[in-house]
Amino acid sequence: MEGAAPVLEVENLGIEFRTRSGVVHAVENASFSVEKGETVGIVGESGSGKSVLSYAILGILDAAGRVTSGRAVFGGLDMVRASADELDAVRGRELSMIFQNPRSALNPIRRIGQQLEDVLARHTTTLHADLRQRAIECLAQVHIPDPERRYAAYPFELSGGMCQRVMIALALACNPALLIADEPTTGLDVTMQAAVMDLIGELSQSRHMATILITHDLGLAAEYCGRIIVMHAGHIVESAPAADLFRAPRHPYTRKLVLASPHGRVRIDELESVPGGLPDLRRADLPPCRFSARCERRSEVCERLPLPHHARATGSNVWCHHPL
Amino acid sequence: MSTLAHARYVMSENPLTLAAFVLFFLLVACALFGPSLVPYDPLATDVAAALQPPSRAHWMGTDSLGRDILSRIVVATRLDIGIAVSAVALSFAIGSAVGCMAGYYGGGADRIMTRIVDTIMAFPLFVLAMGIVAALGNTVANIVLATAIINLPFYARVARAEVNVRREAGYVEAARLSGNSNVRIIMLHLFPNIMPPMMVQISLNMGWAILNAAGLSFIGLGVRPPAPEWGIMVAEGASYIISGEWWVALFPGAALMLAVFCFNLLGDGLRDLIDPRMRT
Amino acid sequence: MWKLVIRRLLDAVPSVIGVVIVTFLLTRALPGDPAAYFAGPAASQQAVEEIRAKLGLNRSLPEQFVLYVRDLARGDLGVSLSTGQPVANEIVARLPASLELTLLGVVLAALIAIPLGVLAASRPNSWIDHACRALTTAGVSLPTFFTGLLLVYVFYYLLGWAPSPLGRLDPFTTPPPGITHFYLIDSLLARDLRTFWAALTQLALPAITLGLFALAPLARMTRASMLGTLSSDFVRTARASGLSRFTVTYTYAFRNALLPVVTTLGMVFSFLLGSNILVEKVFAWPGIGSFAIEALVASDYAPVQGFVLTMALLYLALNLLIDIFYNLIDPRIGFAT
Repeated sequence: MEGAAPVLEVENLGIEFRTRSGVVHAVENASFSVEKGETVGIVGESGSGKSVLSYAILGILDAAGRVTSGRAVFGGLDMVRASADELDAVRGRELSMIFQNPRSALNPIRRIGQQLEDVLARHTTTLHADLRQRAIECLAQVHIPDPERRYAAYPFELSGGMCQRVMIALALACNPALLIADEPTTGLDVTMQAAVMDLIGELSQSRHMATILITHDLGLAAEYCGRIIVMHAGHIVESAPAADLFRAPRHPYTRKLVLASPHGRVRIDELESVPGGLPDLRRADLPPCRFSARCERRSEVCERLPLPHHARATGSNVWCHHPL
Repeated sequence: MSTLAHARYVMSENPLTLAAFVLFFLLVACALFGPSLVPYDPLATDVAAALQPPSRAHWMGTDSLGRDILSRIVVATRLDIGIAVSAVALSFAIGSAVGCMAGYYGGGADRIMTRIVDTIMAFPLFVLAMGIVAALGNTVANIVLATAIINLPFYARVARAEVNVRREAGYVEAARLSGNSNVRIIMLHLFPNIMPPMMVQISLNMGWAILNAAGLSFIGLGVRPPAPEWGIMVAEGASYIISGEWWVALFPGAALMLAVFCFNLLGDGLRDLIDPRMRT
Repeated sequence: MWKLVIRRLLDAVPSVIGVVIVTFLLTRALPGDPAAYFAGPAASQQAVEEIRAKLGLNRSLPEQFVLYVRDLARGDLGVSLSTGQPVANEIVARLPASLELTLLGVVLAALIAIPLGVLAASRPNSWIDHACRALTTAGVSLPTFFTGLLLVYVFYYLLGWAPSPLGRLDPFTTPPPGITHFYLIDSLLARDLRTFWAALTQLALPAITLGLFALAPLARMTRASMLGTLSSDFVRTARASGLSRFTVTYTYAFRNALLPVVTTLGMVFSFLLGSNILVEKVFAWPGIGSFAIEALVASDYAPVQGFVLTMALLYLALNLLIDIFYNLIDPRIGFAT
C-alpha cells in the first residue's frame, strides 16, 4: 500500500463555463489525490464546484464547459485530455459515478434489468445468454429484495431508495477501482440515507474500492469518510483526515462549516450560520482568495497575493494566508 | 431590464425579428394606402394585354383578363389582412371571454367550455371551416365567422389555463376581499395579466388565419371574382402554370407566403420578448 | 392491453357524438329552405316536398336529429345531385385515393423530419441545426396549394421529371386489381412493377407537397424533444457508464425523445387532412377532397356534409390509433391510471 500510486491524481485543474452573461470560472487550481481503497469526502456549499469537478474528471461536462488547465490522471490516463474512445473504455468499468435524484437518473422507459445488461454487455465479456443472470446477481449484491422479479421493473415502480440501489448496482457492475458518489442521499429519507451509505461503505470495503463522496452535509462526510476535502467557490481550501478536520479545522471557512453542522456534542442553539454568500464567479477581477469577502481574518495580502499551500506530515493541507 | 431595452436586445440577437417588424409595417401601409397608390385599377380589364410576363409596364405581368397583377396584389392586401384581423379579433374576444370564465368559475362552466372546444378540435380545422361556409353561405362575412370559430379553441385554452394559474394569486384575493364583483376582477385584474401570452397567440394565429382564408378562397369559397384576393389569384393562376405562365400564380403566392412568414416571425419574436423559456 | 383499447374507444364516444351533432346542425343551418338546397335548383316543387318529407324537415329538431342518426347508422349520407349516386358509395370509392396520398405524405415527412431533428439536436449550432430551424420556421408559413403549384411548375414544366398532374395514373395505365385499393400496394401484390412505377410517379409530387407541410412541426418537435432528452439526467448516467455513443444517442435518448413526437403526429394529421383538399385540387387527385370541391361548385350539399363527417371520423380514428400506439410504447401510462 505504501508508495503505491494513487488511484486518482488531480493537479491544478481549472474549469470554466461560457454562458450568455459571461465566463464563469467554476473551478480554479484544484489539486488532490485519492489512494486505493480510500474514502474521500468533498464538501462544500451548492455552487462550490464539487459536482463540476467530478463531471470534468469523468468527461461528462456540459457542452458549455471547458477544462482550461491541469490534469486528472486515473490509471495512467489523463481524463481531461483523453479521446472519446479512451474515456468510454474507462467510464462505467474502472471509474463509475452515481448521482442524486436516482429516479430521474435512470431511463424511465427501460427496465432496470435491461439497463444493467447494457452496462455489462458493454464492458464485460459476459455471454449474451448469461447477461440476465449476471444482472440479477448485481441486484442481489445491493440487497434488493426479490431481484428476479425486480429485474423486469421500471424505475417509476420502485421507491427512491431502491432506485439508488439500482444506480449503485449499475455503477459497481464491473468492479470499478473508483466510485464517485455525487450527493447520493439527497432526497432520500433519513433511514434510507443510512442504508445507502452503509451499502456503499460495505461494498467499498469488500472490493477495496476507492470512493469519493460529494456532499454538502459535513456531518455525513465526517461519519463515512477517512479524509475530507473542503471546497469553496471553486477552490479547494482545506484537505485533511476527517477527525483532524473536525477537531482542529485550519481554514476559517472550514471552521464556520464545522460550527454550522450538527454533530455529536453540539446543541442546536450552538449552531452558527455561515455568513454572506458565494462571490459572483463571472467577475474577471476575483481576488486570489475567494473567501476573503466573508472572512473575519482577511487582510490586504488576501486580496493581492496568490494562496500559499501549507502542508503537514499528518496529511493535513490548507490553502490560506492566515490559517487557524 | 426595461421593456424597451429588452426589446432592443431581442432585436439585436435576432435580425429576423427586426425584418419581420419592418415587413409588418409595410403590410399595414399597403393595406391602408395601397389602393390609392397603385399604378393601375385592379379591376380594369384589357384583354389585348392578357397573360403578359413581367415587363417595365407591368412589373408583375398581367393575368388572363389583362389586369395588372401588382396592383391587384397590393389592393388584395387590404382584403386579406382585413379578413384575418377581423377573424382573429372575433376569435380572441369570444375565446378569451369564454376561457376566462371557465378558468375562473370552474365547475359547470369549465366543463361546458371544454366540451365545446373539444368538439371543435375533433374536426380537422380547415374541413370544419369548409363545412361552416358551405352551410351558411358563400360570403366574406362567413369566411370571417368560420375562421373565427376554428381559431376559438386556441384562445379559450390559453385564457383558461392562465386564469386558472392566477386565480388564487394574492392580488386577486385582495380584490375579492375589497368587494369587487367577479366580473370586475376578471376584466380589470386577471385579463390584463394574461395579455402577454395572448399577444403571442394572436400573432401566431394571424399567419394561420391568413392561410385559412386563402385556402378557402382557393377552393372557391368566400371571396368571389373579380375581387382581388391572394387565394383567388393563385387559383386563377393555377391553370396557367402548367402552360408556363408562372407569374399569374407566383406573385400572389409569394405575397401570401411573405405575409404569413412575417406574422410567424413576429409571433416568435414576441414570444422571445415575453418569455424566452417558451422557445423551442 | 385490450382494456386500454376499450377504455380509449369509450373516451372517444363523446367526441363522436359531438361531431355528429355539429354536422347535423350544419345541414340544418342552411339559410333559406334546406329542402330546396338538397333537392337542387332544378327541382320541381313536388321534388322539394318529397325531400322535405324524407328528411323530416317538418318535424321538430330533436325528431330530425333522430332521423339523421338513423340514416347515418344505415350508411345513408344522402344522394349526390350531380352524379345521382348515393354519397356514401362515392366516398367509399374515393377514400383509398385520399388515404394513400395522406399516408405517403406522412411517411415521407417522418423519414426526413425525424433524422433531421435528431441530427440538428446532436450537433447544436452546426449548419444542419440552422438549416433545420430555418426549415421549420419557413415550413409553417408555406401555403400548401402554392407549394404544390411551384413543384408542378419546376418539376413538370421546367424539368419534365414529373408526369402531368392528372390524377392517380396516366391515361395509358389501368389500375391494378383492387384488393386494398391502394395502388402502390395492389400493384406490388400483383407483381406489376410497371403499374407500381406509374402510380408512384403520379403520387410523388402531391405526396411531397403534403409532406413538406408536415415536415416543419415534426422536425421542430423532434429537435426540441431530442435536445431535452440529451441534456437529461438519465442520458448523463448512460454517458457516465461508458455506453457507446450509438447506444446513448439512439437506445437511450432517441427512443425517449420519440414520445412527444408521436403525440405531435395527431396535430399534424389535423393539418394534413385539411391540406389534403387543397392538394387534391391542384393535382386533380380523385379523392374525397376533390369530390367535395366539385360538389361545392355545383351547389350540391349532401356530398359536402358527407365529406365533413367522414373527415372528422377519420381524424378521430387516426387520433385513437396514435393514442393507443403511444400507450404501448410508454410503460408509465398504465401505471398512472
